[in-house]
Amino acid sequence: MTQIGQPISRLEGKLKVTGAAKYSGEYKVPNLLYGYVVSSAITKGKIIKIHTESAEKIKGVVKIFTHLNRPGKAWFDMQYADMDAPPGASFRPLHNDEIKFNGQPIALVVAETFEAAREGASMIKVDYQETKFQTDLHSNLAAARDAKKGMATLLKPPPPKPTGDFEKAYAESDFKASGEFIHSTEHHNPMELFTTTTLYDGKGKLTIYDKTQGTINCQLYVGNVFGLHFKNVRVVSPFVGGAFGSGLRPQYQLFLSVMAALDLKRHVRVTLDRSQMFSFGHRPQTIQHTRFGATQEGKITALNHTSVAETSQFEDYTENVTNWSSMMYPADNTLFEQKLVSLDVNSPMDMRAPGGSTGLHAIEATMDEISYKLNIDPLELRLINYSTFNNAEKKPYSSKELKACYLQGAEKFGWYKRSPQPRSMSRGQKLVGYGMATGIWDAMQLPARAEAIITKDGKLHVKSAVTDIGVGTLTVMTQIAADEFGLNMEDVLFFYGDSKLPFAPIQGGSFTTATVGTAIVFASKALKKKLLKIAKTSNEAFKKAEIEEVTFKNGMMIYKDCSISFLEIINTNKDKPIRTTNFGYPHALKLRKYARAVHSASFVEVEVDQELGTIKVTRALTAVAAGRIINPKTARSQVLGGMVWSISKALMEETIMDAQLGKYINQSFAEYHIPVHADINELDVLFVQEDDKIINELGIKGVGEVGLVAMPPAIANAIYHATGKRINRFPIHFDELMES
Amino acid sequence: MNNFDYQKAATVSDVVGKSTFVAGGTNLIDLLKYNLTNAATLIDINTIGEHHDILEIEDGVRLGALATNADTAYHPIIEQRYPLLSRAILAGASAQIRNMATNGGNLLQRTRCYYFYDPHAPCNKRLPGSGCSAINGYNRNMAILGTSENCIAVFPSDMSIALSALDAIINIKSEDGERSVDFADFHRLPGDTPPIDNNLKPGEFITSIDLPLKGFAKNYSYLKLRDRASYAFALVSVATGLELDGDTIRDVRITLGGVSHKPWRVKDAEHYLIGKKADRENFSAAADIILQGAVGFAHNTFKIKLAKKAIVRNCMMALDPSTQLPGAQPSA
Ligand SMILES: Cc1cc2nc3c(=O)[nH]c(=O)nc-3n(C[C@H](O)[C@H](O)[C@H](O)COP(=O)(O)OP(=O)(O)OC[C@H]3O[C@@H](n4cnc5c(N)ncnc54)[C@H](O)[C@@H]3O)c2cc1C
Ligand code: SF4
Repeated sequence: MTQIGQPISRLEGKLKVTGAAKYSGEYKVPNLLYGYVVSSAITKGKIIKIHTESAEKIKGVVKIFTHLNRPGKAWFDMQYADMDAPPGASFRPLHNDEIKFNGQPIALVVAETFEAAREGASMIKVDYQETKFQTDLHSNLAAARDAKKGMATLLKPPPPKPTGDFEKAYAESDFKASGEFIHSTEHHNPMELFTTTTLYDGKGKLTIYDKTQGTINCQLYVGNVFGLHFKNVRVVSPFVGGAFGSGLRPQYQLFLSVMAALDLKRHVRVTLDRSQMFSFGHRPQTIQHTRFGATQEGKITALNHTSVAETSQFEDYTENVTNWSSMMYPADNTLFEQKLVSLDVNSPMDMRAPGGSTGLHAIEATMDEISYKLNIDPLELRLINYSTFNNAEKKPYSSKELKACYLQGAEKFGWYKRSPQPRSMSRGQKLVGYGMATGIWDAMQLPARAEAIITKDGKLHVKSAVTDIGVGTLTVMTQIAADEFGLNMEDVLFFYGDSKLPFAPIQGGSFTTATVGTAIVFASKALKKKLLKIAKTSNEAFKKAEIEEVTFKNGMMIYKDCSISFLEIINTNKDKPIRTTNFGYPHALKLRKYARAVHSASFVEVEVDQELGTIKVTRALTAVAAGRIINPKTARSQVLGGMVWSISKALMEETIMDAQLGKYINQSFAEYHIPVHADINELDVLFVQEDDKIINELGIKGVGEVGLVAMPPAIANAIYHATGKRINRFPIHFDELMES
Repeated sequence: MNNFDYQKAATVSDVVGKSTFVAGGTNLIDLLKYNLTNAATLIDINTIGEHHDILEIEDGVRLGALATNADTAYHPIIEQRYPLLSRAILAGASAQIRNMATNGGNLLQRTRCYYFYDPHAPCNKRLPGSGCSAINGYNRNMAILGTSENCIAVFPSDMSIALSALDAIINIKSEDGERSVDFADFHRLPGDTPPIDNNLKPGEFITSIDLPLKGFAKNYSYLKLRDRASYAFALVSVATGLELDGDTIRDVRITLGGVSHKPWRVKDAEHYLIGKKADRENFSAAADIILQGAVGFAHNTFKIKLAKKAIVRNCMMALDPSTQLPGAQPSA
């Protein structure tokens, strides 16, 4: 039986549900010191004085670090840039007296107990000199400008250049739709708090348990910032309690924990509290505009999509908001624009489906609007504009089974029972609405290394520094490795989440399975060759065998009717394990001719109370075309999670900025609303068959983000269908739907 | 959060005149963690031997102040004779919190105003004279009735909305003896003294809450409107109890929640309804009386219209309580 394609439960599931899995703040460490962060109470200005005297008197307080006494060398901006740093100068904790955003860390109280550190932190008083700040995007639109370019631009290219003559085509089009779309800031808020436990191993050596999406990214950051040899910095992170992008960049608790450990030559743990998690990266607030033009027959001829997003004063974070429509709909006249406004906030950061979950709302709600104007079924409109060619890149897709998503999804959902007019369906006192939307996400792959080993007892070990941020990476990589050698899951061990293992990039962008999976395939290929070579030295039958002619099954290498066990090969190898490390990379030359993307279609039913406007997402289905699905169970969970988040995004989630105070005011789970069980009803996921022979060895595309792009607009569209009200501001509040 | 002493109390006389009491801790511990309250000593009142029960008394039922919200809501007497109270409690917080939260603590929980919980934001309730950030700030979940220029916060309890409608009585013990307060006189409007939520004096201890015999078990409903289906405070909530004679209203109680610094009950509206037909039109007229003087702010004017619709809907739901859905959501 092959392991790929089996719905195998997470291998670490039991450890997690029994509490045996250790997260970065849970390692028992003797003589541990605890650090508690003091956050800036102002938004912009200078620190005049930090009064630490009363905190120092608290029993157990060891040291209080501020910008005045932080251990320092000549520190350069560049050294703070991590693998995911946008153009600009990365934030440097405790660097000087300047305050750049509210909640900025300004001191670290280190104590023998967590409680003493926290009490000390609460006693610190700070004198500030405040200056005027700007945190409101809407009142600063005049400052909108282009983003600076940098390394990050490689993965996130600017929007495609204009084609044709948009203004003319739009003016002349038979049918037009346009809209303004407003999205609030969102914070990742993974369940696990951000914690770093730094073990001071002596002789300049550190072992760091960190909450991160990239062990090597953190290792490089710590090495660069503190001038340490990379080999002396080990970052370990086998279990991560969610991250959603917030762990793509080293957060300031890592810096502070390492700084204190090096200075005090002790083990130090720094944990941020929930409200402090609202002080770092976030999904930026955005304002988008669309204008789409179509012919009588429903052909889209003109596409215009613009967006303005916030960034900080020190980095130009961008996400691709307006790149998507021409990847989906082949219009000849296009005009796209993306601008930034610098505000006095921390830099935004990738948050699950960055840009896509923002831009697709505007695109797919505008498409919906057109469908009503034309009186064409929204699904039919998508089919009229269907193309397997990516008009933005002028290349065909390596594969695109979106049509199957549309058709199978519509059938299973019961889309055809929809009556076309808004407000035409009801159930008791509820208006019922059906809405649909398309989703798209890049299918990326990066280079990575992996090691494959046949151990002395004939088992397979596979190694990569990659993390498993809760998505099932451990399980899926084990499946891939097992199939390479025809083994059972029990005979394979995957080692991961450790910077001393072979290189893997940060875990994000839905590229991990393709990236690390391919590296494992390459490492396995090399290992197979090595096994054959060794077998040839002892076994006559294999002398003439070519690697293409041998197969592997149940711990045996098989050639024609002869076989040799791994144990025998090990025996030949003087009882030593056989290991290979190899590089896996995308086939740049072959891929250059193709565009690559994952696609989805979501169908949603909502009920809206006629009188009060209360909204319930009663049913939803997302159909996904994502190449080969390694594990239908973990993949389904990914998409389900994205669907729950879609409900959150469309109806609940926002970090509320009080522009007078210059700060976010709902910094707790009581007030930062995400769905609870009672908000979740029937959710269904469908994977359509998509064989992609081009994209990589295994035909993998990735499913991490595509669940969160189509459904938010599908919800908004269903609400329109139910009520006749088009609300383009997310989250949609029910009172906007109240009967007048 | 500061270091504090912790004591377990055995009797009520151990605790009267002292501070700070901790019951379920579901509100107090948060306030301590956010440095909004500093306690030198926490006195655990859960270890007091009495006031944990729901008891039948001569003219009603007595809810021990130390009984948990969950035990109260699921108690057969409450479910059968005061289902309005049971519904309201179960519409609040989460199962975990209700398992910890006590009846006494519920009446004394503090507002959920964003700015109150932020030690650096101006707030007259937290720091008198510092100003009110909510009036010109983000005020979606703030009050529309009984506000003052000093504070527009809402008292967030669901349980109290039902207790108000049921004419409950609060029994209090102090160093000077015992006293009882009508529910209507317990919570206060912010006026010039936003820090003071209610008329419990420092050192006083709530022993129990008495429910009069009339429980409106036949015609009642609790409706709670909010941005998610559970585990969120009310933007608007309504408790209705009706006593009907055919389709004529013999007695009625309507209390609004989520709109004021105290449960909002207007007796004039109830008098207006008595003797009238139980229909939308009359409920709508009563709603207008209840909402007289309502004033909205930048983000919460919708509450005025919403409250009106909610009152009417909930009164209609009370005509047939079987239309009520879990989580006090609007009927299907
Ligand atoms: C996230 C969250 C969501 C919530 N959602 C809701 C909701 O939707 N609806 C709702 O109604 N509530 C909600 N709550 C509030 C919850 O119901 C209250 O926190 C709880 O009822 C308080 O009871 P407690 O026993 O835990 O009080 P504690 O926190 O222990 O005490 C609160 C205060 O009361 C004092 N006190 C307690 N008992 C007595 C007594 N017998 N005599 C004198 N003083 C006393 C304490 O000294 C303290 O000042 C929510 C709470 C949280 C944290
Ligand atoms: S409404 Fe009341 S609690 Fe809120 S900020 Fe104003 S004074 Fe403080």
